[in-house]
Amino acid sequence: MFETKSGIFFVAGLAFFAFAFLSNALVPALMYRDVPEQTAEQVVNGNVLFQLEDLAQRYPEAFRTAWGDAPVEEAAAAEWYVKTGAEALREGRKIYVGEGCWHCHSQFVRPVSNESRRWGPVSESPEYQNELQRPVMFGTRRVGPDLSREGGRRSNDWHAVHFFRPTDLSPGSPMPEYPWLFDGAADRPNRRGLALLVYVQWLGSWLDSYPYYETYLPSDLKDVELPAAAAQ
Amino acid sequence: MTADTASPASIPRHSELVEERLVCWYFLAALAFLFVSMLGGFLMGFQLIRHNPLSGIELLSPGRWRMVHTNAIAYGFLANAFLGILHWVVPRLTLRPVLSRGLSYAIFFVWQGVVLATAVGILLGEAQGLEWGETPVWIDPVAQAGLLLVAINFMAPIVRVQGPIYVTLWYFIAALVWTFLTYAMGNFVPQYFVSGTAAGAVGGLFIHDLVGLFVTPLGWGMMYYFVPILLGKPIWSHGLSLVGFWGLAFFYPLQGIHHFLYTPIPMFLQYGAVVSTIAVELVVTTVIINFFGTLRGRGSEFWTNLPIRWFYTGMVFYFLTCLQCSLQVTLTFQQLIHFTDWVVGHAHLVMFGVFSMWQLGVMTYLFPRLLKQDWHSRRLCEWHFWLSAGGILVMASDLTLAGLFQGWSWMGLMHWDHSVEISQPFWVARLFAGLAIFGGQMCFAWNLFQTWQAARRERSAEAAPAAGLAI
Ligand code: HEC
Ligand code: HEM
Repeated sequence: MFETKSGIFFVAGLAFFAFAFLSNALVPALMYRDVPEQTAEQVVNGNVLFQLEDLAQRYPEAFRTAWGDAPVEEAAAAEWYVKTGAEALREGRKIYVGEGCWHCHSQFVRPVSNESRRWGPVSESPEYQNELQRPVMFGTRRVGPDLSREGGRRSNDWHAVHFFRPTDLSPGSPMPEYPWLFDGAADRPNRRGLALLVYVQWLGSWLDSYPYYETYLPSDLKDVELPAAAAQ
Repeated sequence: MTADTASPASIPRHSELVEERLVCWYFLAALAFLFVSMLGGFLMGFQLIRHNPLSGIELLSPGRWRMVHTNAIAYGFLANAFLGILHWVVPRLTLRPVLSRGLSYAIFFVWQGVVLATAVGILLGEAQGLEWGETPVWIDPVAQAGLLLVAINFMAPIVRVQGPIYVTLWYFIAALVWTFLTYAMGNFVPQYFVSGTAAGAVGGLFIHDLVGLFVTPLGWGMMYYFVPILLGKPIWSHGLSLVGFWGLAFFYPLQGIHHFLYTPIPMFLQYGAVVSTIAVELVVTTVIINFFGTLRGRGSEFWTNLPIRWFYTGMVFYFLTCLQCSLQVTLTFQQLIHFTDWVVGHAHLVMFGVFSMWQLGVMTYLFPRLLKQDWHSRRLCEWHFWLSAGGILVMASDLTLAGLFQGWSWMGLMHWDHSVEISQPFWVARLFAGLAIFGGQMCFAWNLFQTWQAARRERSAEAAPAAGLAI
């Protein structure tokens, strides 16, 4: 067996491989078979809807060009937002994958190294049982911080400026610029830019401890005067 | 070695067995992709030190080029070089040509198509979200079919060998089966069948098996072939060869999850992966001992025989990689070094320091035979070796250290920017090391070009007397 063609072909080649696949891949798959896999529509939660509406208000033209107008009637509008949100999430994920964001950012918080203090609750399996984690975006390298609890942590316009030119907000950041997600300026994200914003805001939005949430309340002050330093 | 029963008269001639032109083509394609890959590495490297001169251009997005960097290495450089080497080794070892010459050429073109399409797909933002499997999903079936044809083409001569077969062929048979299965598992299962944590487990298996069940067995298989030939003596211990092969075959596939320790993947599976990883380190040590046993008494060849120097340097790096791995796989080390540049250092050490070094050694040995012409310059060969070996040593130690500092910065809850700032000197040093590696390959390319020119001159000089009258 040890030096014959058939021994090597069947035992080493097929049997050992199958054994490894059964024990290392099939076992977890069976363990989670009862946790249903959610679709993109199902993971569009209230927080994501809030971000969508926020985007519609901040970037009305871009939003309209990308996805059109929400119906006026309330029930239809709610449905429309869920559908649009799911579409944006799928597209945003595709950009996240295509640009290799996941080679610089992980999407899981480990129970060690003070990570839960930095980013929030340790990751759990059910969080990953959805269409947008197919294949899963765990990531293997952190040049930038973990993003699995990024949603709501920063406002949409912060992210927009950051994607347009990271060094404007984070001097010395090695994160690349993504001007092709915009129509020439940081306040004019295009469809891809908007989709990526939705995706990033979705991350962690399903948690109870959805953190550091920036409440968007329209200011009742008209034409706020900025101090000279901040206006620059 | 295997077909020693055949009488000398019935041994086919080399030219009937080996399609030399194809071997040459594979090597040239491999080198071309190596250069593409290195350019991608530089782009990402410059981005990290915040001096990307090509910033803001969509098709030059550093993230996309980072994926081109790794994929061009795996499928463009390593795979092409291995295919070339298989076309040399398998027919010579089995004394039978591959199944079909036409098929061999077809595979060559299909494979270049697959690699180019992968690169184009990634650059257009179509990557698949699977590390090492970023090949866009619409190319996967073609690549899968290509791998099947490769297996059939090479298995045809192998199955006709009678009786027990030589070590090299154990590794090659296993690699042909494993590569096909691994590619299928990694590219289709997490995409279409499972999601989430279970997909993570499959993804881990895939990354790991690609190195362990495709690159490693082909690499060791060719070492078992070339080292005894170059040293003119058999492998030191057949028993250790057996331990090495079967140990690898059993333990290697069980380790995938060690890439995702501390994820939500169940802990008992993580422990299993850690234990089998440590088991494989012991197995690896037996293989290394076997090869150094073979070298014993002939140590001076290390300095005089260039391919042997490439091979054994690669083996020293292999030992270092595995030593590093047996540390980093423990949960204690994982807390600190996971996600850091330590892992990137490890990846470069194994991919370049070991397998690329071996392949470059084989190329150093085979090109003069393919071109029927000695190397144009031994000096350039030396430069190629020393720049490559020095470059990778500096790069790997630099990134390993960087990883430790990054890990401590994160663990200490420093502001994120702190970890980026302290990495700068290491990232700059990495670029210089990369430059050395690049320079080494430039020496090789130039030397190869000159050798080829000399071969052409010589051939036309030979042809000249006949053609002389016509001039
Ligand atoms: C070269 C590696 C790299 C790539 C590629 C990269 N990033 Fe980053 N990212 C960083 C670094 C470093 C930081 C931290 C410094 C900063 O804020 O810019 C960061 C910060 C961030 C932040 C802010 C996190 C916070 O709350 O402080 C977000 C969000 C983000 N990146 C998203 C992305 C997305 C989306 C992509 C892909 C389009 C991407 N990154 C690609 C390195 C990278
Ligand atoms: C010649 C100069 C090279 C440079 C400047 C370079 C640079 C880089 C950079 C910047 C990364 C990304 C690291 C990160 O995300 O932090 C990377 C990743 C990688 N490189 Fe290179 N590289 C070079 C050569 C090579 C060669 C020759 C090989 C293999 C033969 C190689 C194999 C890899 C691998 C496998 C990874 C992925 C690491 C991981 O994900 O852990 N590189 N390289």
